Amino acid sequence: MFFYIIRRLISVVVMLFIISMTTFLVFFASPVDPASLTCAKNCTPAVIEGNRKLLGFDKPITVQYANFVKGLFVARDFPDDPEQKARAPQTVFTCAAPCLGYSQRQAKSVTEIIKDGLPITASIALGAFVLWITSGVFFGIIAALNRGRWIDRLLVGVSLIGYSLPSFFIGQLLLVFIAIKWQLWPIPNFVPLSEGLWPWMQSIFLPSLTLAAIFGASYVRLTRAYMLETMSEDYIRTARAKGVKESVVVRRHGLRAALTPIVTAAGLDLGGLLGGAIISEQVFSFRGLGWTSIQAITNTDLPVIVAVVVVASFFIVIANLVVDVLYGVIDPRVRMS
Amino acid sequence: MTVAPGEPENRSDASAVPVASAVAVDPGSPVALDGVDGAVAIAGRTPWQIVMRRLRRDRVTMVAFGASVFFVALAAIAPLLARIGILNPDQTHPELVQGLGSMPEGLMGGVSWSHWLGVEPGTGRDLLSRIVTGMTTSLTVALLATLFSVVVGTIIGIISGFAGGRVDWLLSRSMDLVLSFPSTLMLLSLQAVLVDRIASIMGQPSSAPPPKIAFMVLVLGFFGFPFFARIIRGQVLSLREREFVEAARSLGARRGRLYFKELLPHLWAPLLVYTTLVLPANISAEAALGFLGVGLNPPTASLGAILNDTVSYALPDPAYFFFPGVTVFLLVLSFNLLGDGLRDALDPKAGRQ
Repeated sequence: MFFYIIRRLISVVVMLFIISMTTFLVFFASPVDPASLTCAKNCTPAVIEGNRKLLGFDKPITVQYANFVKGLFVARDFPDDPEQKARAPQTVFTCAAPCLGYSQRQAKSVTEIIKDGLPITASIALGAFVLWITSGVFFGIIAALNRGRWIDRLLVGVSLIGYSLPSFFIGQLLLVFIAIKWQLWPIPNFVPLSEGLWPWMQSIFLPSLTLAAIFGASYVRLTRAYMLETMSEDYIRTARAKGVKESVVVRRHGLRAALTPIVTAAGLDLGGLLGGAIISEQVFSFRGLGWTSIQAITNTDLPVIVAVVVVASFFIVIANLVVDVLYGVIDPRVRMS
Repeated sequence: MTVAPGEPENRSDASAVPVASAVAVDPGSPVALDGVDGAVAIAGRTPWQIVMRRLRRDRVTMVAFGASVFFVALAAIAPLLARIGILNPDQTHPELVQGLGSMPEGLMGGVSWSHWLGVEPGTGRDLLSRIVTGMTTSLTVALLATLFSVVVGTIIGIISGFAGGRVDWLLSRSMDLVLSFPSTLMLLSLQAVLVDRIASIMGQPSSAPPPKIAFMVLVLGFFGFPFFARIIRGQVLSLREREFVEAARSLGARRGRLYFKELLPHLWAPLLVYTTLVLPANISAEAALGFLGVGLNPPTASLGAILNDTVSYALPDPAYFFFPGVTVFLLVLSFNLLGDGLRDALDPKAGRQ
C-alpha cells in the first residue's frame, strides 16, 4: 500500500508538471502575441512593449516557464529587472511565493486573486458534493430496492428530468422564484465559514443545490444500476439464505460492493466541480473562481486564466489520486494489482 | 455488445417463436405445425431484428425517437422556412412591445396566432422563429462536435486497444492528460487565444459566427474524444482476442483492414449509444456558454445566445424565460431518453444507469 501511494504520488507530480507546461505553452506560446492581448482599446506599440517587458513575454518561453515554476517557491519581481528595482523600487511589483503570476490588469498578484475566489468556490463545491452524494446515493438505493414499483419509476423519472434541465435554468428558477418572488429562502450572499456555520450554510445552500442538481440526478441512476447489479449477485443470496437481516444484507453486503464505482465517479466529479461551479457562481453573482475566470476571459487577463486552469487541473489530479488510494481501502483486491 | 444469433437471449426474447417444447407442454394450442413429426422450424432473427423488436416495445424510447427526429428535422428545414417567410427571426415588431419597459402586451409574453410563443421584449421579434433558427445553430455545433469526438475517439481507441504495449501506454496517458484539464474552463479561456487564430485561417472577422462555431466544435470535440476512445479501447481489448481477428491476421490482413473492416463493424452499437448520450451534453454545453455570455454573439440566433438574453427576464416576462429553457430541456431530454433506450436494446446487461 505504501509503495502504491508513493508510485501514485510520483505520477501526480509528473502529471502536474506536464499540465502546467501544456497550459503555459497553449496560452503564452500560441501564434497570437500574448503582449498584444494585454490591452483592449488603448493599445499603442509602447504600451504593448511595456507590458511585454513587465510580464516577461520578451524572454524565451522556456525561461518564462522556469520563472513560473521558480515563483512557486521564491518571490518574483515584475518586471524582472534588478537595475530598475535599484533605480525605482516603487515601479517594480514583488510577488510573494507561492507566486502564480502577476495580473497587470488588476495590478495584483495572481495568488491573491485566486485566494479571494477559492473559499467561495470551495464552499459551493463542498455543499454541492454533500447534497448530491447523500441524496443521490439514498434515492438510488430506494429506487433499486423498489425496482419496477411506482417509487422507482418516480425517482428515475425525476432524476432524468433533473439531469436534462440546464443547470443555469435550475439556478435561475431557484434564485428568481424561491428567493426573490416567494421569499422562501434568503437571497444568497456569500458569508464566510468564519462567521458561523449556519449563516455560511444558509448562504451557499441555493448555489450548491444548483450545482448538485445535475450530479445528484446522475448519481441516483448510477447508484440504482450498481445496486441492482450487486443485489443480484450470488453472495447476496447466500447471505439471505444464512438468515442475515435484510437491512444488514443491503448495507454490509450490497452497498459496500456498489460503493466502489460510486467513489470513483464521485472523486472525478469532485475534481471537476471547480469548473462546474462557474455557472452557479454566475447565476447567484458569487465572486468565486468561476467569476474570476469569466472576468479574466473578458479582459483577456492571461496570467489569471493560466493560473485558474492550473489550479483547477491540480484539483482534478489530486481527486484522481484520492480516488485511487480510497479504492485500495474500499476494495482490497485493487492493492494486489 | 450486439447479441449474436444463437445466444440464449435470442430465443427467450423471441416469444413468437414456437419452440418444440412449448408445443409439447400445450398440445391443444392452435399453433400451426409446419415441420415434420411435430418439430417446428425455429425462425432465425438477425441481431438487428432483435434490437428493433425490443425498441418497438419500449414506448418511452419510441416517443423520444420521434421527438429527436422532429427536432432534428425542424432544425434542418429552418433555414428554408426562414427563406420562404414562415419564420422571421430578425423582423422586429415595435407595435407589439408597447407595455411598460418595452414588454410585450397580452397573455404569456404576447402569445397570439401569428406569434405562437410570443415575442421578445424590447424588439418584438417572434420567439418561435428565434428558437427554431437558434436550434439549427446549436444542433449544428453539437452534432459537429460529437462527430469530431466520435471520429478521433474511435481511431485513437482502436489503435490504443489493438496495438497495446508502448503505443497504448502513451495514448492512454495522453487521454488522462486531456481529462485532467477542466473542460468548461478551457472552453471559456481558450477563446482568448484561439478564436482570432481560427478567424484569420478562415479569412473572416473574429466577431463573425463561423470562427466561433468552428472554435466550439473543435474544443468541445477535443475534450469529448477521450470519453469515446476509452470505451472503444475497452471493446477492442476483448475483440482482438476473438477468432475472426486471428483469422484475418493469418490471412495477412493489413492494419488498416483489421482496424476498419474487421473491428469497426463490431463497434457500431456502443458508438451509436454513446453518440446519442454525448450529443445532449454538447447541446447543454453550448447553451451554458451562451448563458455565460461567451458563446455565439447575440445577433446570431443560437439557443445559448437566446438563453443569455432570457435569464434576466425571469420575473418581468416569465413566458419569455420559460419557452427557450423548456425547449433546451425537451431537446436534451429526448436525446437522453433515446440514448438510454438504445443502450437497453443493444446491451441489455448494462441496465438503465
